[in-house]
This record gives sequence, structure tokens and C-alpha cells, in this order.
Amino acid sequence: MSNATQTIPAQPLATGKRRFGGGPERTNWPATAILILCTLGVLVPLYVTISMAFKTTGQAVDGNAFSLPSPLTLDSFVQAWTLTNFPRGFMISVFVSVTAVAGEIVVSALAAYAIVRNWDRRVFRWSFFYLLAAMFIPFPVVALPQIQLTGLVGLDNPLGVAILHIVFALAFNTMLFTAFLRSIPLELEESMRMDGAGTWQVFWRLIFPLLGPMSATVGIFAFIASWNDFMMPSLIISDPELQTIPVLQKMFQTQFSNSYNVAFASYLMAMAPAIVVYLFTQRWVMSGLTQGAVK
Amino acid sequence: MSSMTRPSTRAVVTAPPAAKAPRARKSRVDPLYYFFLFPSLAIFTLAVTLPAVLGFVYSFTNSVGFGDFQFIGFRNFIAVFQDDGILGSYGFTLAFSLVTVILVNIVAFLLALGLTSRVRFRAALRTVFVIPMVISGIVIAFVFQYLFSNSLPLLGQGLGIEVLSSSILANPDLAWVGIVFVTAWQSVPSAMLIYIAGLLTVPPEVYEASSIDGASPWHNLRHITLPLVAGYAVINTVLGFKNYLNAYDIIVGLTDGGPGVSTRSVAMAIFRGFEGGDYAYQMANAVIFFLISVAIALIQLRFTRSKGGIAA
Repeated sequence: MSNATQTIPAQPLATGKRRFGGGPERTNWPATAILILCTLGVLVPLYVTISMAFKTTGQAVDGNAFSLPSPLTLDSFVQAWTLTNFPRGFMISVFVSVTAVAGEIVVSALAAYAIVRNWDRRVFRWSFFYLLAAMFIPFPVVALPQIQLTGLVGLDNPLGVAILHIVFALAFNTMLFTAFLRSIPLELEESMRMDGAGTWQVFWRLIFPLLGPMSATVGIFAFIASWNDFMMPSLIISDPELQTIPVLQKMFQTQFSNSYNVAFASYLMAMAPAIVVYLFTQRWVMSGLTQGAVK
Repeated sequence: MSSMTRPSTRAVVTAPPAAKAPRARKSRVDPLYYFFLFPSLAIFTLAVTLPAVLGFVYSFTNSVGFGDFQFIGFRNFIAVFQDDGILGSYGFTLAFSLVTVILVNIVAFLLALGLTSRVRFRAALRTVFVIPMVISGIVIAFVFQYLFSNSLPLLGQGLGIEVLSSSILANPDLAWVGIVFVTAWQSVPSAMLIYIAGLLTVPPEVYEASSIDGASPWHNLRHITLPLVAGYAVINTVLGFKNYLNAYDIIVGLTDGGPGVSTRSVAMAIFRGFEGGDYAYQMANAVIFFLISVAIALIQLRFTRSKGGIAA
């Protein structure tokens, strides 16, 4: 939910290609220098997180956030690991994220396919607008009855959170998939049907593979949003033992308030998976965000 | 967005495979399509529509979240409008959203401008600038909370700046600055990427032609670049407001609504409905919040259409 502004992937942005002016150009060094300076805005908080995580408790409380850890120690990671019961939180976060990713892709793709192929039928057209209406309903508006209902039907757990992630991304994902599906030529599908394939085979053997790039974008944003979310799990999951990684970080605000090194080691372990996934899937993250809502 | 391809979709349904002669105006729908559509409609109805209707009904009652309740008409709504705490949360949320939208747009546009100019290490720089987007809001808020309450005061004392010498998060007049900063830190990347996409749509020839005519870079920026990216600014504003109005994670991590209630957002106020027994009361608040969100979205969409910017 946090900043899940997602969109369509078309082609990746032209990377490293010169855009302005033609012919031999000189590098704009002043602009390069300014931009490098600006990266400090991103890198300094990350540096503090990493260096604090490797400090001893003694050094961490001395107030200097920017000093290098000396001596370097892994103690804080060991402590954070056991304090937060990291393996359990990690498995729960993975479960929520994987369910959200798979669910968002499959549920939205199926709906989008049905809608696009039957656009001339009122039921499907209205369903589309009905699903789109969700864009106007943010989680806080329906949160209180949702907390009550999930408790009532026994979904006040990680599965319930994953389902809610699927639901709140549904409008956007369905819109993306329908836009993409409309650009797939029908001839492919028709020839497959001539050969006797039914709707089920056509979807799984032809359409779904064609949706691959779109699914990659939807999946990556689903992962980032669900892995990082605090609002939904903190409100929906009633058993503290079943909390996701971001929610677990709250314990450092109340207890252990002087073990900054342990807290930062824990923060680092919470951030790392999403950063790693981003670094490996950059291409999709960037193209996905840009080309999309933009016509 | 879809009008170009739509006719072909229609064609296939009205003209079924040659083997079957078209019986009626429309061929029969493969029931499997209903099966495809069903999961979405079902979870959406159960997880959004039903709670929304329930919440709406509850907002006219005196329910505390369980047990018996009575309908009390508009009393909750009238009380909400007289509740300084809730009005304060609206004031804070709207002002915070507005300031953040403006700040994010300016920073994102400048970064995008830099990244599309003739700079070196462009790919690496962009990789770094996008990182904040993939970091958990609450976790990075905890990191900044430490920096704001420990490192910044040290810096302020060292430089002899009175305002900064104690934690800004503990200052009711300044805590919002920290929240705006961290929210902007996290949302600049997505806005920046959208601006980059916008800037890349301007063909280089336009700038060349303009330079041949002797236009200054400043002239180019004002008369070519800015008008062309206006539509992208609207996208960023719409998406930004949508996120900031629901602000929660970062505020919880930085101030938890404090000091006092000075940085309590509307979402935080609504969620308190489960603690204080004012369940129905906060549902009325949620209904009002919903109407305000829709109103803001519609105003923006209207503005978008007049600009002809996007199809989202």
C-alpha cells in the first residue's frame, strides 16, 4: 500500500543512451557532480543503518551515528535474530508476499481476459467498472469493518492480509492487464481455437505466457508493497506471534531502547530482501513505473 | 487508451468461427469466462463492498464494535464536525499532503532533468535514486527517527542553531517537517521515474531546432520542457495525493501522532475506533473521509481531462 504506484511495462527506458543533442557531446560535469552529491541524501541513511548494525552496544550509544564501527561485530545480528525470532517472521512475510504475488497475477489476469473478450456484454463491462471503483476506496475507510469481519471468519492472520493485498491492488492490476490484452492480436487465439483448443487451454497456453512481462511488473510491485507494508498486518493479524517483519520492528521502540545496534541490525535485515529483489529486477521496476499510467 | 483495439475484440464475438453459423446477434458466452471473472468479483465484494456497506450502516448507530446497538441518525456525523481532535487530523493530513506533493514534484522534476541531461554514470545514479521506493516506510521512519532525535540535535548544537538543538520530532511546531521529509524521501523516486518518462518523450530534434534559432537553455526549459511535462505533473499530483491522504506507516514510525496529537493523520484517528469504544463514531469519520477523498480525486480527474494528460 505504501507507495504502490505501479504501471505498465512497455520497453525498458533507454539506459545510458544520450538523448539530447546529436553528434559528439561533452559530458555535463557540473550536473554530474550535483547529482552525485544528491545521492548522499539516499546513501547517508543507508550508511548509518549499516554501520550502526555492525557496532558494539558501547559504541552505538555514544551518539555519533556517522562513525565507522570499531571494533566490527556481528553480535547485534545474532541478538536481533533471536529477539525478533527472525526465521519465523521471515517465513510469515515470505508467505504473505508469495501469496500476494501469485494471487495478484492470476486473479487479475483471469478477470482481465474474461472482460476484454466479452467487452460487448453488459455483465463483463459493468464488472470492470465495479472493480475499478476500488481505486476510490482506500484501506482506512473500510478498515474497521474489515478487522471485524476477518476476525469473524478466522482470517485475522497472514492469509487474510495476503487476500487484502490482492483485493486492494485488484483495480489497478486488472486495468493494466486489460490494456495489455487489448494489444494482443486475436488471430493467434483464433487459430488455436480452430485446432480445437478451448478457452481454458487458450488462456493458460497462449494468453498467460504472452502476459509475461506484464505479470513480472505486477508481481514485483506486489512483492515490494506486501513485503514492506505495516498498516494492514498490524491491524488485521491479531496474534503477535504471526506478525510480519516490518511490524516486528516496533518492539525496538518500547523495549531495548538503548540497544541501537541491535535495532539497526534488525532494520537492515528487514530492508535487505526488498533491496536485493529491486537490484536484480531494476529493469522491470523502472519500465513498469514509467510507461504505464502515462498513456 | 483502448478505443483503437476495441473494434477487433467486438469483431470476434459477433463473428464466431465459420463452422458455426451465427444464430443470434451474439454468440453464447463460454461459461468458463464467468468462472474467470468470479474470483475477482467474489473477493472484492466480500473484502471491500461488504465492509463498506457495513461501515456505512454502523455510522448511523451507537455501536462500540460488538453487542447491541441502536440507530441514532446523524448524531455521529454532527459530533465529528464538532470534534477538535478529528478536525485537527484533517487539517494536518491536508496540509501535509499539499506540502509533500509540492516538494516531491519539485525535487523529482529537478532530478529527472539532471538524469536526462548529458551526465555521466546515468544508470548507476538512477539505480541509487530509486532505492528509497523499495524500502519499508515504517523501517526507514525508525532510522530517521534516530537521526532526527540524536544526530540532528548534535549538529544543531555544534552549529549553534537553537531550533535544531533539540529533537524536531519532540517539537509540536516542527514534527511535521520530519514527516514531510521522510515521506518525500520515499516518494520522490516514483515521481522522478514518471518525469523521466515524460522528458524522454520530447524528441531531441525539438531542442536542436530551438538551439539553432538561438534559444537559451532557460528559454527551452520554460517554453518547451515545462509545457510538455505538465501532464506528468498532474499524474504525480494525483498519485501523490492518493498516497499521502492515507498516510500512516511513516507517521507511526516517526512520531506516532505526537507530540500530543499534532501529527495525527486521519487514518490514525480512524484506527483508534477500536481502542476507545467509539467504533460507530469513527465509522462516521471514515464515511466523511471517503467522501473527501472522492471529491479530491474527482477534482483532480477533471483537471486532468482538461489538460488532456493521461488516460489513467
